[in-house]
Amino acid sequence: MGESFRLRLGKNIRKNWILYVMILPVVIYYIIFAYAPLYGIQLAFKNFIIKDGIWGSPWIGFEHFVRFFKSYNFGLLMRNTIGISLYSLLVGFPIPIVFALMLNYIRNRYLKKSVQMISYAPYFISTVVMCGMIVIFLNPDTGIFNTIRGFLGLEALDFLSRPEWFKSIYVWTGVWQGMGWSSIIYISALSGVDYQMHEAAIVDGASKLQRIIHIDLPSIKPTIIMLLILQIGSLMGVGFEKVFLLQNTLNVQASSVISTYVYQVGLLNNDYGYSTAIGLFNSVINMLLLVAANQICKRLTQESLF
Amino acid sequence: MKRNKIAVKILHSDRIFDAVNILLMCILLLIFVWPLWFVLIASVSDPSQVWLGNVVLLPKKFTMIAYKAVLDYGAIWIGYRNTIFYTVVGTILNLVMTICAAYPLSRKEFMPRNVLMFLFMLTMYFSGGLIPTYLVVGKLHLLNTPWAMMIPGAVSIYNIIITKTYFVNSIPQSMQEAAELDGANSFQFMTRIVLPLSKPILAVIALYYAVGHWNDFFTALIYINEKNLMPLQSFLRDLLMTNKMSLSNMQGLDAAASEAKLQLAQTLKYSAIIVSTVPVLCIYPFIQKYFVKGVMIGSIKE
Repeated sequence: MGESFRLRLGKNIRKNWILYVMILPVVIYYIIFAYAPLYGIQLAFKNFIIKDGIWGSPWIGFEHFVRFFKSYNFGLLMRNTIGISLYSLLVGFPIPIVFALMLNYIRNRYLKKSVQMISYAPYFISTVVMCGMIVIFLNPDTGIFNTIRGFLGLEALDFLSRPEWFKSIYVWTGVWQGMGWSSIIYISALSGVDYQMHEAAIVDGASKLQRIIHIDLPSIKPTIIMLLILQIGSLMGVGFEKVFLLQNTLNVQASSVISTYVYQVGLLNNDYGYSTAIGLFNSVINMLLLVAANQICKRLTQESLF
Repeated sequence: MKRNKIAVKILHSDRIFDAVNILLMCILLLIFVWPLWFVLIASVSDPSQVWLGNVVLLPKKFTMIAYKAVLDYGAIWIGYRNTIFYTVVGTILNLVMTICAAYPLSRKEFMPRNVLMFLFMLTMYFSGGLIPTYLVVGKLHLLNTPWAMMIPGAVSIYNIIITKTYFVNSIPQSMQEAAELDGANSFQFMTRIVLPLSKPILAVIALYYAVGHWNDFFTALIYINEKNLMPLQSFLRDLLMTNKMSLSNMQGLDAAASEAKLQLAQTLKYSAIIVSTVPVLCIYPFIQKYFVKGVMIGSIKE
């Protein structure tokens, strides 16, 4: 059996050697940049000493993890990370769906096209520019939000130095930037809905709202579930760049999340083992969440990702 | 398209629905457009007018002073030069790697295609994390070299999947057989038939990669220390997020001069945003339909 497999593979390689040569650089790339770092994960269980290398450094078991769980900011990091993610999920997940459903009922082609095209544009703005714009619009002296507050007779507020505002700023600017783009997949799913179902519903006297609830939503349910599972799977993966850029000494209480902490501990303090351990902890939780969300959705809706 | 006219009275609730819907879309349009519009008009307005909050819908006291200031800010040009290099070379590398992966994976006669696909996809869920990857990049002596900006992200599994799906769905197996009868090997078949037929998808992934390089800030933050190698986004961060410009050279100025300088520093932010985003914004109207296409192909399950 093994012999014949080897023979077949040998024959296959000889016959299609061009394909094997082509894919070789990609295989090497994955070995070096995806699988070799997996080998480095053992740092999470080691006391890393540079001159001894990764392999030569002594094992210390779960010491890094215990240190992290006991550290004074463990609770804060978890609260911030999960808080921001849940807030993003609750606001950022349904809005593109509602947006796609509403847009689907706009009959004026020009309005529909222009809303679509313009709503995608913010997605291509870099995170740095996005954060720069946030700073501009939230400026206590000249920003639009404080101008509006001024009109209403409220005093100016430096939003970015108030920890209690951080989550909302992060989430709602994320909605502004991503809702158009995220809606594309729903819009394309909605364009596949059989119009005969709508005609039948119209004959039966269904209102548009009823058609949305009874025809459109069930039709795009598989898409919604698939994306929901993926989102839940990255619940602990609050993006690094935007939090990092918006972070300052005044809002740090609300803006320190696991990814910024991994960066700070690892690359600024050079505490490699500890940083790796926290990163590993984070990925394991994400993995568990992904599997759990998948199982729950399978039970409840018979839809699942895998 | 002419639909069968069904004699149904228009529901009262539907009228309200339509009105609310159109109103909502118009408000949304405003919310999307105004911030971008404001940055544009503020960048060509007199700094003191922007400071006073007089610039809302149209530019006030048109001036290019902010653009002059940004052009005088030499660091931007270093960033521009580097980013153009990273974007062009990086995208070419990305494309070559993606094709090299996607084409064999799309061929039925390539025996390890399922195993390799699985191993590549696994990396979406398992990764070594920041430090182990950093150590690998360091071991290869890539830190603080231009290659650190391009090689660690040389290919993305997401784009491999899109491209492979496209190859499988749009190039029939019979074409390959016909080409073989004509004596073409699989490399010739790829360059002469598959790639020319796949121009739309190649355009899509090239644009995905290019925008990714243009906007990349994280890679430089991790791997690059040297000012001369920094991409545009790193300099932009200094300009937009910290007040380096406004705080330098402030000593010895009287109150009015330093206030003018502060206002200019603020306006400089607008022009810097425009200058750095213009390349993407200029091509955006032409390419947005391709981007949308990419999302659609990506969402098709095989």
